[in-house]
Amino acid sequence: MSAEQLPALVVVAPLVAAPVALLARRALPAWMVATAACGFSFVAALALAVQVTSGGAVSYALGSWPPPWGIEYRVDVLSAFVLVLVSGVATVVAPFAWASASAELERERLYLFYALYCLCVAGLLGMTATGDAFNLFVFMEIASLSSYVLIALGRDRRALLSAYQYLVLGTIGATFYVIGIGLLYLMTGTLNMADMAARLSDISSTRPVLAALAFITVGVSLKLALFPLHLWLPNAYTYAPSAVTAFLAATGTKVSVYVLLRFYFGVFGTRIVLEELPMSQILLALSVVAIVTASLVALWQADLKRLLAYSSIAQIGYITLGISMASREGLTAAVVHLFNHGITKGALFLLVGGVALRAGHAGFDRLQGLARTMPLTSLGIVIAGLSLIGTPGTAGFVSKWYLVLGAIEAGRWWLAAFIVATSLIAVAYIWRFVEAAYLAPLGGATPRAGEAPAAMLVPAWILVAASVWFGFDTSYSVQGAARAAALLLQ
Amino acid sequence: MTDSQLIAAALAVPATGAGLVALAGRWPDARETLTLAAAAALFAAVLALLPAVLAGARPELIAWDLLPGIAIAFRAEPLGMLFALVASGLWIVNSIYSIGYMRGNKERNQTRFYACFALALAATMGIALAANLLTMFLFYEALTLVTWPLVTHHGDAEARSGGRVYLGILLGTSIGLLLPAVIATWAFAGTLEFTPGGILRDAGLSRGALAALLALYMFGIGKAALMPVHRWLPAAMVAPTPVSALLHAVAVVKAGVFAVVKVIVYVFGVDALAGSGAADWLPAIAGFTIIAASIVALRSDNLKRRLAYSTVSQLSYVVLAAALLTPLSVAAAALHIAAHALGKITLFFAAGAIYTAAGKTQVSQLDGIGRRMPWTMGAFAVGAASLIGIPPAAGFLSKWLLFQGAASAGHWLAIAVLTVSTVLNAAYFLPIVHAAFLREAPGGEPAHGEAPWPIVAALVFTAAATLALPFAVGVPLGLARSVAGIPPAGISP
Repeated sequence: MSAEQLPALVVVAPLVAAPVALLARRALPAWMVATAACGFSFVAALALAVQVTSGGAVSYALGSWPPPWGIEYRVDVLSAFVLVLVSGVATVVAPFAWASASAELERERLYLFYALYCLCVAGLLGMTATGDAFNLFVFMEIASLSSYVLIALGRDRRALLSAYQYLVLGTIGATFYVIGIGLLYLMTGTLNMADMAARLSDISSTRPVLAALAFITVGVSLKLALFPLHLWLPNAYTYAPSAVTAFLAATGTKVSVYVLLRFYFGVFGTRIVLEELPMSQILLALSVVAIVTASLVALWQADLKRLLAYSSIAQIGYITLGISMASREGLTAAVVHLFNHGITKGALFLLVGGVALRAGHAGFDRLQGLARTMPLTSLGIVIAGLSLIGTPGTAGFVSKWYLVLGAIEAGRWWLAAFIVATSLIAVAYIWRFVEAAYLAPLGGATPRAGEAPAAMLVPAWILVAASVWFGFDTSYSVQGAARAAALLLQ
Repeated sequence: MTDSQLIAAALAVPATGAGLVALAGRWPDARETLTLAAAAALFAAVLALLPAVLAGARPELIAWDLLPGIAIAFRAEPLGMLFALVASGLWIVNSIYSIGYMRGNKERNQTRFYACFALALAATMGIALAANLLTMFLFYEALTLVTWPLVTHHGDAEARSGGRVYLGILLGTSIGLLLPAVIATWAFAGTLEFTPGGILRDAGLSRGALAALLALYMFGIGKAALMPVHRWLPAAMVAPTPVSALLHAVAVVKAGVFAVVKVIVYVFGVDALAGSGAADWLPAIAGFTIIAASIVALRSDNLKRRLAYSTVSQLSYVVLAAALLTPLSVAAAALHIAAHALGKITLFFAAGAIYTAAGKTQVSQLDGIGRRMPWTMGAFAVGAASLIGIPPAAGFLSKWLLFQGAASAGHWLAIAVLTVSTVLNAAYFLPIVHAAFLREAPGGEPAHGEAPWPIVAALVFTAAATLALPFAVGVPLGLARSVAGIPPAGISP
């Protein structure tokens, strides 16, 4: 294995693991293959991150067809950053899935679960690693189709309906995306994103190109659940199996954010996106509405998993808010929050998965006095919740720091005030859990079987620890994000 | 140990203590021994730092960069040393008191109580020794969060609603106002380091912008309980009394006024602020808080509530003193942090002793109690005298300096506020002393004596310290002068 092949290997490992898991037809070997493939990708992604940080972007010509004719895999600081997040979370969630999916799914179907999990991981990694716009669409479909099925595997019958909703909206999103790519291909005659960017500079104001931008924006926004295109998300996250929710919440929408960043700053360029079209203002307005409405809706949910799903929509709003600033601080905030929110929300959904395992679901009636029967789970939710709020000493604080700094440096005081004010709503919804778990007397419906098994608790706590670690040691997250932001603004 | 290691020890000892206390939860005697040992070790560490700081050194401990260019860093400087000494010294006394109180009242969840208490002290040390605004903010937020379980200790509906107000106001102000102020300071000044003379001097901000930033800080530091962000303090009184005594009369509230003084002295700079006139509004707000809170205290029948509003009022003494922006008044601010701490912890100790021994919580129930609990009420009288400012109690000293500072600034409003407030202090404290000693106890009450001995020992000790402070004023006054930049012979108390 040589270093030049890493961009392909990082994707190929889970892609090959999927049919192997399928052929295994037994749960245990399928799980082992999936875990090993995710772990391999994680190591490869870390190696790539080291390489691109020191030596610049790495390009890999698939089948030795040189770009722009062949498909190019191209990993730079931004994509390496996202690859590390996706493969890292996949590696942490895989051991969790063993205990969690075994409890939630029928045993004969378990191997299918792991095969689909591998496919989904491969799709998301492929979307990140590829430098080819159409290849990206292929991987988007791989990730989406596998996630529809994964969501439908949920124990609750409503999972089927949620998956169907997501299927319809996700397909519309993918279609919009591919129409946009078609228009761009029509105008530039190329599918390689770097090549496309070079050719677009002369014709950027033509109508088909603007139409392409509109189609791609809407298509990708559906995938990343930008308000008001978020309708699929709450149900999908609520009724999917716990491991799926945790993995998708931490990575799925984040990769779509990455795609948006790629196209806005890497393909179309800031001139057309920010100067000729009011994308910055549109994103800002949508983000603001997303943050307020989703946070307020989260406050009134009767189920913790659903509450966290709405919180995700709000947090995605913070990411797109950072993008809309289109400044160094704003983009740093967006990229670092993509990472920080990924691990934080991953941790929360894993812990809630533990509650759901013991209690059937995570309704607030099951959480009364939970700290007495599941102390470690409750403490983990509180710590990760503090990161969601943005308390100093947690990863979320770092994101908020750069968001507010970006707003202040742009002279937008109202926006700075808005960001801190809305994070107080997060205090309110996290404290609903704290009061229920720590102050309420032990409820009749509260699970009494003790903590979730170690196979679930340990992965969850790894992410909890990560969300504290990246609040104190920002040398990787912030510097990686800052480099990515600098790259995007070039 | 080197001075840097002592700083590390001051942070690590209470944090480790919390962990050990949690582990020793099953053996109450071992658990309480650990708390006392941690308190003693912490005080020893802070005390060992003192000679170097008094000699003019500023020992540092730079942990690592939290954000590019902003480190988690600690530096022992005079004001922080004063605060750290007061908080860590009183932790020992308060722990002895806690043992008596928590056992005497058969409180539940005592392990959580002692563990959170130790964590609160660790956070307090972090605030006291922080070398920059970000480090201070980190520990400031941590202090809010680790004291919440203490405020809601009883877990009933009253505790829950008190906890909501506590958390809502403290986090609301710190996230909503203080954090933007810190980030704006970083954006304007390019540094967050506490620097003598201030860091905003060269930022080129207009008077209005400086005043707005100052307002963000003053109301953002909700722990200083400037009106109208003071309501969390009376709400926190649902906590067990040792919490009210050490945290809501000393550590938490002093962290607030300490932060206020730090921001005025080391972020804005006294001279820069005085020159710009951006702080002209602050004495008025502080003065209003002093008077209004005193009036509320006067009308409160619940003893702890009366003490809480008295604290709100006294905290604004410190804010007022710092806002006068003269060297004498800044020294007075620093000294009042220590003087009020001793007096107010004595009063809370007494309130807790009354509750433990007699089950009484209202001022109107205290007729004749001084005859049954002479030590407790004697200590109460000493604490009250100190807060009124009657010599030779400690409060006299800081009030004297404060009057001098106000006079040197020619700030007649401040002098008027201080005079009226002294009268009000007397009006809400002396009737309690009078009723306790000179009125007849109502008949038909069950007989009771003093509270358990650890309680009485603790409150007698702090009362004695209140009386002794003016005679051993060298260290606190030296530190206070050093904060204000006055040469050692500059003031005669």
